[in-house]
Amino acid sequence: MGEAVSRPYRRTMPATWWLTNRAYFLFMVRELTSVFIAIYLVLLLVLISKVAAGREAYEAYLTFLGTPAVLAFHVLALAAALYHSITWFNLAPKGLVVRVRERRVPDAIIAGSNYLAWIAVSALLWWVVL
Amino acid sequence: MRHSSEPIWWSLFAAGGVVAALVAPVQIALTGIAAALGWADDAFTHARVLALVSHPISRLYLFVLISLPLFHSAHRFRFTLIDLGLKQGRGLVAVLCYGAAVAGTILAALVLIRL
Amino acid sequence: MAEPTIALEIFRYHPEQGEAPSFRRYEIPYREDWVVLDGINYIKDQIDGTLAYRWSCRMGVCGSCGMMINGTPRLSCAAFLREYFPNPVRVEPLAHFPVERDLVIVMDDFMHKLREVKPWLIRGQETPLSEGEYRQTPAEVDEYKQYSMCINCMLCYAACPVYGLEPRFLGPAAIALAQRYNLDSRDEGRRERQEVLNTEEGIWDCTLVGECTTACPVHVDPAGSIQRAKVTATVDWYKDVLLPWGKR
Repeated sequence: MGEAVSRPYRRTMPATWWLTNRAYFLFMVRELTSVFIAIYLVLLLVLISKVAAGREAYEAYLTFLGTPAVLAFHVLALAAALYHSITWFNLAPKGLVVRVRERRVPDAIIAGSNYLAWIAVSALLWWVVL
Repeated sequence: MRHSSEPIWWSLFAAGGVVAALVAPVQIALTGIAAALGWADDAFTHARVLALVSHPISRLYLFVLISLPLFHSAHRFRFTLIDLGLKQGRGLVAVLCYGAAVAGTILAALVLIRL
Repeated sequence: MAEPTIALEIFRYHPEQGEAPSFRRYEIPYREDWVVLDGINYIKDQIDGTLAYRWSCRMGVCGSCGMMINGTPRLSCAAFLREYFPNPVRVEPLAHFPVERDLVIVMDDFMHKLREVKPWLIRGQETPLSEGEYRQTPAEVDEYKQYSMCINCMLCYAACPVYGLEPRFLGPAAIALAQRYNLDSRDEGRRERQEVLNTEEGIWDCTLVGECTTACPVHVDPAGSIQRAKVTATVDWYKDVLLPWGKR
């Protein structure tokens, strides 16, 4: 019999761990949607300041928003924002426990009401602005 | 009880996440695509947009829309850096991320008040 | 007709030989009703008696036989060979834990964390036995029952990249277990456990990857338990800060 030796072997995690499986990758995509949203908010704030600055500045900025690169960014940002919304609503029941008469409201109903609110708010904004 | 400051940041993150989930897509579609492509010319004339965003409710809405999701993004970005293996300077990264959100909030308030 | 076979590629590590770990490939008979653990037992009995691994009940109750199977943390007693046949199956010790030998991991860290969350009923004052048992309604039992199903198999730790990156992170099962007692109507120890939970290495390191819940063989939903703990800690914080005169 050999002598018992304890020399635990430690494995390290590469910085690319999130590329090793689909779930990890989708998690990282979900987290990075926030970068697109932040950049969009900055562009929106600039837009508002241009509105305040006057018609010429505002129209010049609209032209800038219409350039292919900026437009492409917004298309990507829209995809990112949609992905954020869907993942957010699907995960909402995880932290949210709602009870009606001692019964827990099923996850599907919590997520479903989130989606309904989303559609209602989006339609309202669209209608107000356009 | 020892107070970790995480609950403040997490609650701002969560609130911002809700706001972004509810309105970010339609907002991006409106200002980033519809306005940029001139889909509805009369909707995006300077006079109309100025009147629309100057309304007190619009200003409040825009403030919430910009500020809270900035904290949401700051929080996620901070933890993304940690998830990508950041070990040193975690405190500094937190200060930079939330500091940027605070700066954005102040800027948004200034722009919206002066409208 | 020759009996079909399947290859198991097994992670081997023998510290006394001073060698780096390597994979060894074993060709074993393929049986449709065999699980990976049956294959490993076959290797141990028929091919290579030096192979070290943990197992006990072989029916998904004891939580001993967790392994990485083709990169996914699973109970080897619940992973059928037919899910992989005819491709080879790669078997490794649970990710993120140090490896003692072959498929055996060092679980001291996990055991320590379980104790840290005080997984027992804490009472300000015990009611004397003469006053009878602590009664609970079915709804009160439902509150925590799901979290009490944990079999300590550690698959959730192997699935959690946050634990892999930061071994100080309290981790899914320990937090779920803390919540199992926090949400028990007989318990009064929530504030005490918050000292461990409401810290950076407690609940706040979690970024809700959600894979702990996917990996859990008994549907404990550790990710959900951590989210609920975050909500509770946040509500506590606002109560303490905004209502400092209020009752703690």
